[in-house]
Amino acid sequence: MAESNILLAGFGGQGILFAGKFIVYTGLIADKHVSWLPSYGPEMRGGTANCSVIVSDAEIGSPIVTNPDILIVMNRPSLDRYEKDCKSNGFAFVNSTLIDKKVERRDVRPRYIPATELADEHGIPKLANMVMVGYVIKQTGICTQKDIFAAMKKTVPERKTELFDGNMRAVQIGYSYE
Amino acid sequence: MEKILMKGNEAIAEAAITAGCRYFFGYPITPQTEVAAYMAKRLPKIGGTYLQAESEIAAINMVIGAAAAGVRVMTSSSSPGISLKSEGISYLSGCDLPAVIVNIQRGGPGLGGIQPSQSDYFQATRGSGHGDYHLIVLAPNNIQEIVNLTRKAFDLADKYRVGVMILGDGVLGQMMEPVIMDECPKTELPPKDWALTGAKGARGKNIVNSLYLDPEELQRRNFERFDKYAEIAKTETLFEKYKTDDADIVLVAYGAPSRICKNAINTARAKGIKVGLFRPITLYPFPKQELAELALSTRVFISVEMSMGQMVDDVRLATECRRPVSVCARTGGVIHTPENILDAIEKEAANFRGVI
Repeated sequence: MAESNILLAGFGGQGILFAGKFIVYTGLIADKHVSWLPSYGPEMRGGTANCSVIVSDAEIGSPIVTNPDILIVMNRPSLDRYEKDCKSNGFAFVNSTLIDKKVERRDVRPRYIPATELADEHGIPKLANMVMVGYVIKQTGICTQKDIFAAMKKTVPERKTELFDGNMRAVQIGYSYE
Repeated sequence: MEKILMKGNEAIAEAAITAGCRYFFGYPITPQTEVAAYMAKRLPKIGGTYLQAESEIAAINMVIGAAAAGVRVMTSSSSPGISLKSEGISYLSGCDLPAVIVNIQRGGPGLGGIQPSQSDYFQATRGSGHGDYHLIVLAPNNIQEIVNLTRKAFDLADKYRVGVMILGDGVLGQMMEPVIMDECPKTELPPKDWALTGAKGARGKNIVNSLYLDPEELQRRNFERFDKYAEIAKTETLFEKYKTDDADIVLVAYGAPSRICKNAINTARAKGIKVGLFRPITLYPFPKQELAELALSTRVFISVEMSMGQMVDDVRLATECRRPVSVCARTGGVIHTPENILDAIEKEAANFRGVI
């Protein structure tokens, strides 16, 4: 049984919950079982935000991800807090623009991308989250490239074409990052 | 039909609308505010009324008014807000009025916290306010079930003229899962000939009231109400069993912890421990009979709850203490990890392993 337990974490306002929602839609389109659980309350009001996402071939028990196969951290406090929880042999995706240290653990697969910098360079400064997601998709294969478009259509309302195009671009930038 | 992603709170609201609920009175509180927000957006567009009251107490009294007029009505809150509503819930029940009340629980007592909890179990299953009454209490554990049970809640309320509570927790309210929001099945229900719709000289007057100064009369009303509860227990009890057939240990859990139990069960079974889950879906009526039957074949029960051992009392009552019942408790907004539950399972397994 294949199951991806994904934990996304960062500052409130970095689009953590939105990025999680997009990943959930990629799973839904592929007809998988999915769940999405945000942190709520004082944390998300300007502090840290995190989000548990599960994409699975089987029915999902706990929706809370305590040991992620895929850890995605957008800021330094999130790496400090969650590195220890990453599953052995799991992925740790690090936004290297805002995180100036390396993953210390030797039993996880670290992946670094300057997501914030790339988003800024391309004139889409608010979309570092989706640059990261594109890179995660490329590295882990959690969804096929063709499902990206369909999932985006579900995540961003179609009437907001500008948002749609920006998000698609961000994912493509991350996807093609080497 | 297409699956859509919805938060538990939004699913409650949309399911209520599909069930014909056009009136919502509430007051915001984390972690259920999305119920009210959704209703505020949708109800005015479909000819309904959404009203944010000045307090929870005002909101529940508006619910009483709408229910007395015979319409489908709902209110929603979280733990401290339900305490405030409890006076009105007692009056609603004393008047034998149908309404749906949602409690997306957070940690208590007092203002407590805002993270998920189940510590209102006693309050929910024992009626919440003063006097001899109960609510039917439904406890979903996934978003599709939230939809199905919210719809059912309106039917049960109308069928029996009782208050029905949807008892969730912050996890279920906030999480998103795919749901199919198909057409709401129509149930044949008795006409609301008791409702205050205006007699216009065509019939005698209807009275909705909870004051009975004659003790004999009040006793008769309460007896009748409890006959109704007996009927409900006989026909409306719901539960789920998961891998209980050969289980030495049976976990009893509802809501979010029942999902986490399944992770722990699968890990424990891989280690050769025979463990299963009994999940009450109706907390009132509690599925006593079915648990009593399980007590014949299992060795131990563990009540897994986000409260300091509340449901455990019902497990002991249902099984008449024929088997040991322990509690695996988390409280204050702390959620069990699968490992917490696995530890409790292994501890029990070690106790009886020596005697096999």
